[in-house]
Amino acid sequence: MNSIKQSGWKPEMGGVGESVPATYTGNKALMLEEALIFEIGTTETTGVDLADAPQVATRLGNLERHSDIGLPGLSEPETVRHYTRLSRQNYAIDLGFFPLGSCTMKHNPRLNEKVARMAGFADVHPLQPVETVQGALAVINELAVWLIQLTGMYGVAMTPKAGAHGELCGILCIKAALEARGDPRSVILVPESAHGTNPATAAFAGFLVENIPATSEGRVDLAVLKARLGPDVAGVMITNPNTCGLFERDMRAISDAVHAAGGYVYCDGANFNAIVGRVRPGDLGIDAMHINLHKTFSTPHGGGGPGSGPVVLSQALSPYGPLPFTERHADGNYTLVEEETAGERHPRSFGRMTAFHGQMGMFTRALAYIMSHGANGLRQVAEDAVLNANYILRSLEDVLEAPFAHSGPCMHEALFNDNGLAEGFSTLDIAKGLIDEGYHPMTVYFPLVVHGAMLIEPTETESKATLDQFIGALGRVAERAKAGDPSLKSAPHHAPRRRLDETQAARKPVLVWREPEQAVAAE
Amino acid sequence: MRYLPLTPSDRQAMLAVIGAKSIDDLFCDVPAEARLDGPILGLPNHASEMAVERHFSELARQNMTSSHHPFFLGAGAYKHHVPASVDHIIQRGEFLTAYTPYQPEIAQGTLQMLFEFQTQVARLFGCDVANASMYDGSTACWEAIGMAGRITKRTKALLSSGLHPHYVSVAKTMAQYTGDTLHTALPELSAQTDSARLLAAIDGETSCVVVQYPDILGRIEDLSAIAAKAHAHGALLIAVVTEPVALGAIKAPGEMGADIVVGEGQSLGVGLQFGGPYVGLFACKEKFVRQMPGRLCGETVDAEGKRGFVLTLSTREQHIRREKAMSNICTNSGLCALAFSVHLTLLGEKGLRGLAQLNHALAVQAADRLSKIPGVALVNDSFFNEFTLKLPKEARPVVRALADRKILGGVSLGRLYPNADALSNGLLVAVTETATSADVETFAAALQQILA
Repeated sequence: MNSIKQSGWKPEMGGVGESVPATYTGNKALMLEEALIFEIGTTETTGVDLADAPQVATRLGNLERHSDIGLPGLSEPETVRHYTRLSRQNYAIDLGFFPLGSCTMKHNPRLNEKVARMAGFADVHPLQPVETVQGALAVINELAVWLIQLTGMYGVAMTPKAGAHGELCGILCIKAALEARGDPRSVILVPESAHGTNPATAAFAGFLVENIPATSEGRVDLAVLKARLGPDVAGVMITNPNTCGLFERDMRAISDAVHAAGGYVYCDGANFNAIVGRVRPGDLGIDAMHINLHKTFSTPHGGGGPGSGPVVLSQALSPYGPLPFTERHADGNYTLVEEETAGERHPRSFGRMTAFHGQMGMFTRALAYIMSHGANGLRQVAEDAVLNANYILRSLEDVLEAPFAHSGPCMHEALFNDNGLAEGFSTLDIAKGLIDEGYHPMTVYFPLVVHGAMLIEPTETESKATLDQFIGALGRVAERAKAGDPSLKSAPHHAPRRRLDETQAARKPVLVWREPEQAVAAE
Repeated sequence: MRYLPLTPSDRQAMLAVIGAKSIDDLFCDVPAEARLDGPILGLPNHASEMAVERHFSELARQNMTSSHHPFFLGAGAYKHHVPASVDHIIQRGEFLTAYTPYQPEIAQGTLQMLFEFQTQVARLFGCDVANASMYDGSTACWEAIGMAGRITKRTKALLSSGLHPHYVSVAKTMAQYTGDTLHTALPELSAQTDSARLLAAIDGETSCVVVQYPDILGRIEDLSAIAAKAHAHGALLIAVVTEPVALGAIKAPGEMGADIVVGEGQSLGVGLQFGGPYVGLFACKEKFVRQMPGRLCGETVDAEGKRGFVLTLSTREQHIRREKAMSNICTNSGLCALAFSVHLTLLGEKGLRGLAQLNHALAVQAADRLSKIPGVALVNDSFFNEFTLKLPKEARPVVRALADRKILGGVSLGRLYPNADALSNGLLVAVTETATSADVETFAAALQQILA
């Protein structure tokens, strides 16, 4: 595997010599340091040209702001340079392989950016008369229909703003359905391997959270789950495919048991990418599932959002979904069901989750992506994502311990642990070593049920050559960790920063910039 | 398919390495009854880039855009001119296609930007600290109410009648599940806000008072008295800003004693986008920082002593604290925060003040012009770039009639408060730097005709 060296670099060439002299600027060729806007900008500088305001008698209620705000400005060239320099300190999918498990870092097609910026979508106001936004409502409706068809569900709530907001939507539907039948149940069961958002969401909605253990093969323990079901259990929140990268083989049996006990099944759809077009969650008895448009349907992650988390719903839960939503009429026109008509059209809704109508800019992008792939292409997406992950699993299972390699094929992500590393070496060291190799590390220390977890999700948009090179690189870093190579403990050596002191950041938080003398005074 | 690099021979070679006969073997754990044999029937297959683009062009044409017509809508989403370099910067792949900066050594670009954003928001709001963004203003608002509950250990929240009705709806939805009691009221078509009601209602059980500034009808009011009374009773003042450009002209809520200031950042950099994605702003006093929801970026040093930035205080967050977290929020609005920050950097203090002055002056002129129309009265004594007109008849059909004449002439209060007859003649009009005097004249002439 180590034979693949597309960059031309060979290990015997070593790292950059430490004997080179420091530069005057602190910059090193294309590695450019950049100060903060507060250090380079001034309150006198501006990068926009505005018309002079006409003279009027102000009507600001005698609340004119006289004191300085303290907002530095930069001219346009300085602004472009500042942010371009900052951008170069970021790793991104556009730069290379980004195998972050559970996060689905796939290629973001630029067609999606282009259509989202069409004036007909970008420059319309959410409260325009509905007659003037028929095309925008059509986009929401078309995407809604695709999501329902792809999941085999009954309805969909489009407004949730991200995955966790979607979870909340689903859980509130469950809560509302239970209240409607006068059956206040207090417990939500969550597998130990769940995303942290699942228990946080259930707790926010006022449920007690109880963990369900996994079997030795990494799946929900059906027997334990069944034994725990009862009149106090409102439902379960299960991720499928789960965070160990495995399909929950017993999903149908879990759903049947939960339903028989009077509960509902929430599915965390973060990993829908693995099964889209091959499995419809509706066929597994799911009552609610959020879909991260920024994962499966490739809207950009943007350094931490915005996301979008529509929730598909079963017939049992659809009546409780949030406002507003679009309706298509026989004449082809669209309307919005908002508070005004909710009493007549959607009387059991649990209410509104956000101002306006959801993440329209993400809807256009996701719909463009879905249409580009179509039904056949989306099926190929799942197949290639799963194929790539299994290729990584089987290519590396002799190098790193894969705790569930015996559990059958993985789905879209491959899970390893830190067994077998030299004394004092951990998953963190492997992650930082990968940075020096030019990669974004995999997800580390999640799921929590696996010691020193390394969760690798290649996605379907990577070539075999990319995977082969990564397999070689990870294999080499793993060998260094097993051999106790001390240079790995101080990796990364080639990133814009060495390891950062997170303890200091948390112990003495500095969350905003202050003038140096102020900062000293605050000590 | 243009987004998939694997070739058929790659797939065969990879299956051989895996030891599988076919791709179906890899899906063997799916119960047989749930396996789909082929592409889902009734759905179209893949489409070329040109075909997809054509479809969207067709749909886009069916929308009346703010860029091609006289436009006066606000009510929590404002049209401002966004400099071209903002969109260029947010489309750089290193920002657009990066993930949440969990590996700080290779995410300093995003982290430094967030640190700058937090500082800008804190200064704009007159607060000590700000977080790295929320979904939008409405969700930031209910998160603030929840935070006040954690700090005061009380559940009674007093919401001003001037708070955006969608924000009230969101808070009501959430209060059903959190046990908070919300005291709300409908606004009146009057220059006076309901601060007297709020002041009278503050007591020793009050967790927080929530006031929008400027409020939904555009009115601007000094928050100091409410802050003082709230503090005297151990309650917090939460200020909500849906038009941050206003803070280039009027005092920051923090200066008037607000403990938590939240807002909608859409005005700067983000664009209208039919309601989302937007960016929630969230700032507070330093002493409350450990009760804040959402991500926080903090300064630190690396192993060589160089300044760097990391996500910090994550023991508040769901991925560490799980069911005991301050909020379930994970993904926030990073790229919109970048757009906000770039736009504010381009403006700077000087530009923001100039922009605010321009907005206010144009709004004053438009308010004077429109209130000269027979039967039309200006409700506000004070306003920034948005004001309320009282029409001689129901405003909703008037807005539709304006749209028929290709004028997007404001938001009727009937749309926002569908069942409140007393408000149905109210029309909210926002005037920003994008409205020309010709636009205002076209609007005024059409309104006069429709009302005649």
